[in-house]
Amino acid sequence: MSDLSYLSIDQAHDLLVQKKITAVELTQYHLERIRQLDEVLELTLEICESSALAQAEKVDAKIAAGEAIGLLEGIPYTAKDMFLTAGIKTTAASKILEKFEPPFSATVIKKLDQAGAILIAKVNHDEFAHGTTTENSAYRVTRNPWDTNRAPGGSSGGSAAAVAADVGIFSIGTDTGGSIRQPAAFCGVTGLKPTYGLVSRYGVVAMASSLDTIGPVTRSAQDAAIVLAAIAGRDVADSTTIQIDDYDFVKGNDSLAGKTVGVIKQYIDGLDDDNRQVFDAAVARMKEAGAKVREIDMPNISYSLPCYYIVVPSEISSNLSRYDGIRFGYSDETATDLQQTYLRSRGKGFGPEAKRRIMTGTYALSAGYYDAYYKKAMQVRTLIIEDFRRALDEVDFLVGPTSPTPAVKLGENAEDPVAMYLLDIMTVAINLAGVPSVSVPAGFVDNLPVGMQIIGRQGDDGDVLRAARAFQQVTDWHAKRPQL
Amino acid sequence: MSKLSKEELANIATLARLGLSEDELNRLGGQVGSILEFVEQLQKIDASGVKQTSQVTGLVDVWREDEVVRCELSREELLKNAPATEKGYIKVKRVLQ
Repeated sequence: MSDLSYLSIDQAHDLLVQKKITAVELTQYHLERIRQLDEVLELTLEICESSALAQAEKVDAKIAAGEAIGLLEGIPYTAKDMFLTAGIKTTAASKILEKFEPPFSATVIKKLDQAGAILIAKVNHDEFAHGTTTENSAYRVTRNPWDTNRAPGGSSGGSAAAVAADVGIFSIGTDTGGSIRQPAAFCGVTGLKPTYGLVSRYGVVAMASSLDTIGPVTRSAQDAAIVLAAIAGRDVADSTTIQIDDYDFVKGNDSLAGKTVGVIKQYIDGLDDDNRQVFDAAVARMKEAGAKVREIDMPNISYSLPCYYIVVPSEISSNLSRYDGIRFGYSDETATDLQQTYLRSRGKGFGPEAKRRIMTGTYALSAGYYDAYYKKAMQVRTLIIEDFRRALDEVDFLVGPTSPTPAVKLGENAEDPVAMYLLDIMTVAINLAGVPSVSVPAGFVDNLPVGMQIIGRQGDDGDVLRAARAFQQVTDWHAKRPQL
Repeated sequence: MSKLSKEELANIATLARLGLSEDELNRLGGQVGSILEFVEQLQKIDASGVKQTSQVTGLVDVWREDEVVRCELSREELLKNAPATEKGYIKVKRVLQ
């Protein structure tokens, strides 16, 4: 049998079509990876062995019958536990949804199902996607495959760690302020935050609705393009989905020649010498590939993190009000009236970070403080968007580091929420602006991977992915693997 | 503005319908305070007259066809996750004393 390790989607597809492997063998290989690595890396919240194998058998029957198969058919993947999966437990990594078995699937899961991709496991993340290290999960502490004493990043830490460890060929995550890109950077993989509204959020547990996006975590920009093509599109069940001109993310001109690339000044100013050197070397590769590089000043971007940490808890406090102990989720049995049902179910069901954000958000939205906090943040958000608009009028792409440092040690920021928030300082502005950004592996600092973001205009997800592909044609950081 | 008294915190917890222990209230006081202190940087910016952004798609009034869409799920399936039900309805605890 062929070597099944670290296959790209294209490679796996070719092996399936040429009948060198079967979909069942490929699925078995990835289920075996889970058995080998789950104890060390603490990746999964639910393993979907029987449904995965049943789906794989169907794909094999199709191939045996001589039918053509799509690119994602028979490709094993994992999903963050924020995506509803019919009949498969969905916890949002929270105790409040410990026993929740959704009656329907998210649009994204349905689309991947229709494309023939095989869900092998639901993977760990910060509770309700609140966090930057995956340590806020109510269940497990996921490890970084490059150094198991370090965090995989967050909140989609399980997704990034799984892809880096060859558990599933790709994963699906959510990104509200960096939750796909930052863990992708920490784990040395590729992570795409698409344009806001490009991918339906129907059936995805909501965090902050004006910022939440859904995207792939993969081992290459090419794989990200294939997955995005399968999940993008308008959805009548999500009225925030948009229509764009070009859904062909996979094809097109991959050259960086003649493109102008703007390096965000405020982000490189935030790097120490080691991280700066590695970042500059990555930018130099873009120059060698023919890109024209210049520095871009975006003064209001410095205010993006405080702006984000008003908008986000405010929207969270509103979104999490649906967990009431009445319709679904944990309900405290000792309550004797309705008020107690609310107080006790929510008090016992939510973890510490969810509580911090509910409290902060409720305060920011409360009478007398609304203008000073939420209204002000919505105005500053406009200023940040204008910075992006001006910058992207002058250049084709913006680039910057994905995070100021490589992966942090586990337990480093346990009791200091603001220190934990700072890990997202270079990613949140992109969500506030709603533009697409892909994090690609861009070198190593102290033997740990770091990432570079390539940012484009709203709806230009295809161009961003083509630029990332061009970058990965002249670099090999994305092909490096952790020693496990 | 960022120093929160225990009474204020308890009031916010009640508004949010969040039952917190004494210990949690003490810990949250400092943490929420430090978050508020951090976000107060925004007060330095003069944004008077700047329009507010609440969403970035530019979409306005998204409608679908006005037609009946049948739910594929049965009542039992829809109620499966409810903590307490009776005769096909969700059961709640007493509202008024």
